[in-house]
Amino acid sequence: MSHSKVSRRGVIKTGMVASAGLALPQYLRADSHTGFTNAPGDSEVVLGFNVPQTGPYADEGADELRAYELAVEHLNGGGDGGMLSTFSSKALDGTGILGREVKYVTGDTQTKSDAARASARSMIEKDGAIMITGGSSSGVAVAVQALCQEAGIIFMAGLTHSNDTTGKDRRANGFRHFFNSYMSGAALAPVLAANYGTERKAYHLTADYNWGYTTEEAVRSSTEAMGWETVNAVKTPLTQTDFSSYIAPVLNSGADVLVLNHYGGNMVNSLTNAVQFGLREAEANGQNFEIVVPLYSRLMAKGAGANVSGIFGSTNWHWSLQDAGSQAFVQSFGTKYGFPPSQAAHTTYVQTLLYADAVTRAGSFNPCAVAEALEDFEFDGLGNGPTLYRGADHQCFKDVLVVKGKENPENEFDLLEIVEVTPVDQVTYAPDHPQFAGGELGACNPGA
Amino acid sequence: MDQIILQILNGLDKGSAYALIALGLTLIFGTLGVVNFAHGALFMMGAFVAVTVSKLLTLSHKVVDETRTDFLGNPLEVDVPYVYDWFGQAAGDVLIDWAVPIALIVVVPIMILIGFAMERGLIKHFYKRPHADQILVTFGLAIVLQEIIKYFYGANPIPTPAPSAFVGSFDFGVAFGFDPNAIIYPYWRLVYFFFSIAIIGAVFAFLQFTTFGMVVRAGMADRETVGLLGIDIDKRFTIMFGIAAAVAGMAGVMYAPINSPNYDMGMHFLVLSFVVVVVGGMGSLPGAVAAGFMLGILESFASMSAVIDFLPGINQIVIYLVAIIILLTRPRGLMGRKGVMEE
Amino acid sequence: MLGLNKKDARLLLIVVAITMLAPFILNPFPAGSDLAQFNAGYPDLMQRFVIFGILAIGFNILFGLTGYLSFGHAAFLGVGSYAAVWMFKLLSMNIIPAIMLSVIIAGVFSLVIGYVSLRRSGIYFSILTLAFAQMSYSLAYSVLTPLTGGETGLQPKATDARILDGALEPGEAATPSLFNIAMRDSFELSLGNWEFVFNFGYYVAAVVMIFAFYMSIRIFRSPFGMMLRAIKSNQTRMSYTGLNARPYTLAAFVISGMYAGLAGGLLVAMDPQAGAERMFWTASGEIVIMTILGGAGTLIGPVLGAGFIKYFENIVSKINETVLHQWFYWLPDGLEDFVIAMIYPFVGKGWHLPLGLLFMLVVIFLPGGLVQGGQKIAGLFSRKTADEPQPKATEPAE
Repeated sequence: MSHSKVSRRGVIKTGMVASAGLALPQYLRADSHTGFTNAPGDSEVVLGFNVPQTGPYADEGADELRAYELAVEHLNGGGDGGMLSTFSSKALDGTGILGREVKYVTGDTQTKSDAARASARSMIEKDGAIMITGGSSSGVAVAVQALCQEAGIIFMAGLTHSNDTTGKDRRANGFRHFFNSYMSGAALAPVLAANYGTERKAYHLTADYNWGYTTEEAVRSSTEAMGWETVNAVKTPLTQTDFSSYIAPVLNSGADVLVLNHYGGNMVNSLTNAVQFGLREAEANGQNFEIVVPLYSRLMAKGAGANVSGIFGSTNWHWSLQDAGSQAFVQSFGTKYGFPPSQAAHTTYVQTLLYADAVTRAGSFNPCAVAEALEDFEFDGLGNGPTLYRGADHQCFKDVLVVKGKENPENEFDLLEIVEVTPVDQVTYAPDHPQFAGGELGACNPGA
Repeated sequence: MDQIILQILNGLDKGSAYALIALGLTLIFGTLGVVNFAHGALFMMGAFVAVTVSKLLTLSHKVVDETRTDFLGNPLEVDVPYVYDWFGQAAGDVLIDWAVPIALIVVVPIMILIGFAMERGLIKHFYKRPHADQILVTFGLAIVLQEIIKYFYGANPIPTPAPSAFVGSFDFGVAFGFDPNAIIYPYWRLVYFFFSIAIIGAVFAFLQFTTFGMVVRAGMADRETVGLLGIDIDKRFTIMFGIAAAVAGMAGVMYAPINSPNYDMGMHFLVLSFVVVVVGGMGSLPGAVAAGFMLGILESFASMSAVIDFLPGINQIVIYLVAIIILLTRPRGLMGRKGVMEE
Repeated sequence: MLGLNKKDARLLLIVVAITMLAPFILNPFPAGSDLAQFNAGYPDLMQRFVIFGILAIGFNILFGLTGYLSFGHAAFLGVGSYAAVWMFKLLSMNIIPAIMLSVIIAGVFSLVIGYVSLRRSGIYFSILTLAFAQMSYSLAYSVLTPLTGGETGLQPKATDARILDGALEPGEAATPSLFNIAMRDSFELSLGNWEFVFNFGYYVAAVVMIFAFYMSIRIFRSPFGMMLRAIKSNQTRMSYTGLNARPYTLAAFVISGMYAGLAGGLLVAMDPQAGAERMFWTASGEIVIMTILGGAGTLIGPVLGAGFIKYFENIVSKINETVLHQWFYWLPDGLEDFVIAMIYPFVGKGWHLPLGLLFMLVVIFLPGGLVQGGQKIAGLFSRKTADEPQPKATEPAE
């Protein structure tokens, strides 16, 4: 959608063109010339930022949107350039994408797959978006990814952690930079074994939907490989807010570790409840009782407050990382907005840059050309160390952070501390790994 | 055995939360005949009174600490709460720690005022309108209240801890001769339970033993006759609405430490509390309370892993399943009156 | 005409005209202009307008006529959607068998739920339907994941069986179609700066909606419709005359359930993905609100209400701060920021707020819903120019 500012001259010009057009109706689709959907014009290109703006993940969505705006600013040559200067690929030069100024439209996914698809379709059909990105849950990511596949648009996933996004529901037009359940399990298990020993009995509380299932499976299989035993795994409804009846029996179950496969509001509440029940101070089987949260985010940690201190989990990225890329990003984000970015902001910023870079290297906005440029692309300088965008399943492979809630946070953003950076080799798996089986990328679809 | 006792305890705790919210809802319904979809929002506003009080107490001014730096490398600005300046650090910490109990005192006048304003400004005009209109207008109001809260506080939950004196759990097991750790329950949840019982008892006593309560009960039964007797029933109904709002608000404040409040917590409780009220029987206060406890206990039992293994998914649907069974076997819920909201 | 009286025939003709010309009506602003933000004439939203219109028309047959307030209608929409996707997966990407099955399954489902729920009336009935719908949602999201796809929803895949269709060519995606014309095929017409999209799927849905609307007029005017109204006004009296109300209400319930199933099947035909959120209680509440907002018991009201809510959801939610700056760039800087600060809480991520206010204002000032508002305006209009016929879209339907 081009929002050229209307001047009087512009109006007169428009009027003339309009009358000329009326005289000669044209039956055309811009696409038919170029061979792909929503081919941009010569002056600007529209990206669609589809994030939750209402509902429980609205704050996360707001942070993603901030990162997108920052990325657009940097792509168009504004601001301090952020990670453009640290990115290993130097194709981007701050003149937009392939010389076209980057514009964007926003939409509200409401964290519902229906609403997310409606919003994405309006971006594609009405605003002519060439790429859709965003989202804060795997259900939405999978739904929008499938839509983009059908429409012939590239989808750069935002925060989505379920194995399914690049596993059984992978699509040729969809790409994920964020890590996944398997990687969380693989990265966490050695740290847990080192800190809590290998003689542990775990009790899982699992959110009763796809992401919960994949996370439980990942954490279970990797901790059991370390020698842990799983005492029980109980599924909890998504709509549950008070987890007391699930947590009350834990202490007397013979378990000495509680794994909370919850995210968002579920995680905030279940962790708060677990701490209320005194699990953190309790002892079981002669050892200290411990709680583990496989997927952490700073916003969730903020919601749970002091309850997170000392509790292990994994995260995709954290603002306290000291590499040049992270520093540059935190610097420009913090200068613009006054607080450090979240991991959701980081992954969406990076995804936007990666897309722009792939287009530039491919020399075309054609989704198939972009996909080819992204597949098996190796890069560095975007905050996670050397990273590979694997072609076989469109998943990024990079180091995973194991973090723990800080004991004495110095300010409201200083909630997590990095315990270990698990090297990428430890979290790499085969594309046909059983936890990711049943998916088929298919062929890329340029649409039109 | 200990598991069952534990879940009964848990169910009583859950049930007291349901009963307290359902009580306010059925109070408004029973006295005014209005279906109030904004009741969940009143509960949420109560919780946010607790959040606000704790924010006000920690309201601070910035002092630059040159020795430390923030995440961008600039000198760190340390927040110093005003209460430290006024009462000294020790007393200030106590005040901040006791934010939730302080909010409990503040919330009553605030919610009564909000209740009065709602009843006089909006609800009053809907007494004679169809229930569907009442639902739509109060639902609209609930959305507006939620959005206002979201605008100021964001969508993320805000941790609002209980005073540190109530942190930790009470070990029932030891008291009753079981193993340690077999039956433990957090202090604050026990406080919540006894608080609910006290409020429920107070509301009953108020309606049963005061003249005011007697008039209101008479008004519930036959509004016109009471009006003909020259009693200004409208004024009393306004007061009842204020009381119901205050009950919802207090429930919200007390609930804040249990789960971090966020702007749409009311919507979640709304559906549940409606089910509770209807299962209890429309217009019946004891019915609502009984149904609250019953559904709380059943929900707790359904979440036991032995039960879930036997009937997968039962924990997802137990409340609705029980509601269906009760409504089919008892036409007007547990203690509903004939002819109330049946057309 | 078609068994309708003159007034109803006029209303039907207007609905036909509006739906057929919707691509023009909904795109009044030239593409690229600042106001293009308010254009709603793109396939997805046009499809949603008519599909949710069907849903609301069906709901109105139950609620508007009998007064039974179902709070679980979204379940039938969801069941219809799942049935259609399974048809796409197993049989064919042709939408006809899919939609037929979704109507049948939703009909059976509503027969069962209706049979049980209609044993009670008033709010007890509402809570029973709510309970059934919430159970459907919870189970579909969790334990029924193998059947429903759970959180990630159900979609046709390239690898599905599809007995009637031949195998897909490599790289070809499974697209819902009607005799090999894909639902998303569009024809674009540029007239100067205006762009109009004529989408095949939209016209399929629009034709179905016109038919659904026609059926609803016939039901409203039939003896059966009279009977339903009698139930609403006084069920006791009706039973004293020796009539059993239950078969009539059950029939109305099943009909409206089938309408919902039809809407669910069409939704999937336009956009092949079914998710459990479609059955959540807020979705049921949305149907109720659409109907009351537009005017329960009127013929056209529910369609208007559906259009209003979908418009807010899809258009107002997309107005962000940048867009506002583009609109008000011509104001002096300080004033521009002030105006934007005033408007911003009501648009974009704050789009729930004007919607909530709208609900309140409509109920307070227009007890008959938007239709009544239309009548008031029409009343003003006709008083000034007494000879002119009243605008028809706002014609009272009862």
